[in-house]
Amino acid sequence: MSLFGLFGQRRSAPVARERLQILLAHERSLCGQNDLLSILREEILGVIAKHVKVERDNVVVKMDRGDNVSLLEIDVEIPNSASPLLAMTA
Amino acid sequence: MAKVVVITSGKGGVGKTTSTAALGAALAQSGQKVVVVDFDVGLRNLDLLMGAERRVVYDLVNVTQGLAKLPQALIRDKRLENLHLLPASQTRDKDALTEEGVAQVITELRSWFDWVICDSPAGIERGATLAMRFADTALVITNPEVSSVRDSDRIIGLLDSKTKKAEDGERIEKHLLITRFDPARSATGEMLSIDDVLEILATPLLGIVPESQEVLRASNLGTPVTLSNPASAAARAYMAAAQRLMGEDVPMTIPSDKKSLFDKLFGRRAA
Repeated sequence: MSLFGLFGQRRSAPVARERLQILLAHERSLCGQNDLLSILREEILGVIAKHVKVERDNVVVKMDRGDNVSLLEIDVEIPNSASPLLAMTA
Repeated sequence: MAKVVVITSGKGGVGKTTSTAALGAALAQSGQKVVVVDFDVGLRNLDLLMGAERRVVYDLVNVTQGLAKLPQALIRDKRLENLHLLPASQTRDKDALTEEGVAQVITELRSWFDWVICDSPAGIERGATLAMRFADTALVITNPEVSSVRDSDRIIGLLDSKTKKAEDGERIEKHLLITRFDPARSATGEMLSIDDVLEILATPLLGIVPESQEVLRASNLGTPVTLSNPASAAARAYMAAAQRLMGEDVPMTIPSDKKSLFDKLFGRRAA
């Protein structure tokens, strides 16, 4: 074994450092995403509530993360009785 | 004004209880009035490291449930009269603690002591979140090792979201205490360096405690390391960390237990 190889084998700390940096960047983005989703959900609920009555449980906000783009899915269930305007057009 | 400090880490076995005992004693040795509180209900060990395991009568759970008054549960240290211990219950589990009960105990302790040091259990569940709940300052104990660093990152996230201070829109003060550090292995690239850990966790450093045989000796004796061997590297590191906690400007060094050539030749015990 070359001297370089012997030396290289001992230096495992740079590997640890790189693995941690990649892992934590990922884990932090997941936690941040949860926060973002709960903020979005609250604000969307607020906007809708100004105009129609909705149950909190009937507003679902989801995020699907892709490699290049992520998809934000907002699912709001509004009963027709909640808004006379909607009931008329339905 | 009293300061409430939580000693936390996420991962177990990194030195939370050892650090609580050593820093509590170091602050008391500097003349401060200190209480160390064991939050590890069901797996208490702070009493053992403080050498008070045979003096426990009442505990934190008894006090939060109103079965004992706080002064009845507090154990005064036999070596330092301004150091007290509030032990955890060994026979209950973490669900025995309520947020209201803990809030009341912490408020009362604040009025009697300069420092309230809360030894958190490992994990991120109820016991750990209650230990950090009312803290002004958090000390995150980290070993220079991947799993400890990852868990510290997680705990730092919880400190910023689950504490009373964070919920009130204030910032909780956070510091890292790196323990079990081996300067020689770090220098040869076998162990993460201090700079690596600081860069990854982006949290200010309070101190570096080198790996030291004196820590095991101290726990064998039931004496905080700053009392069992004040001249040892670990004790000096904890003393310096305690001074920084008190706001003193102490240069950051890594104390060493290395024997000098003279000591080696004449077989003297290094400090």
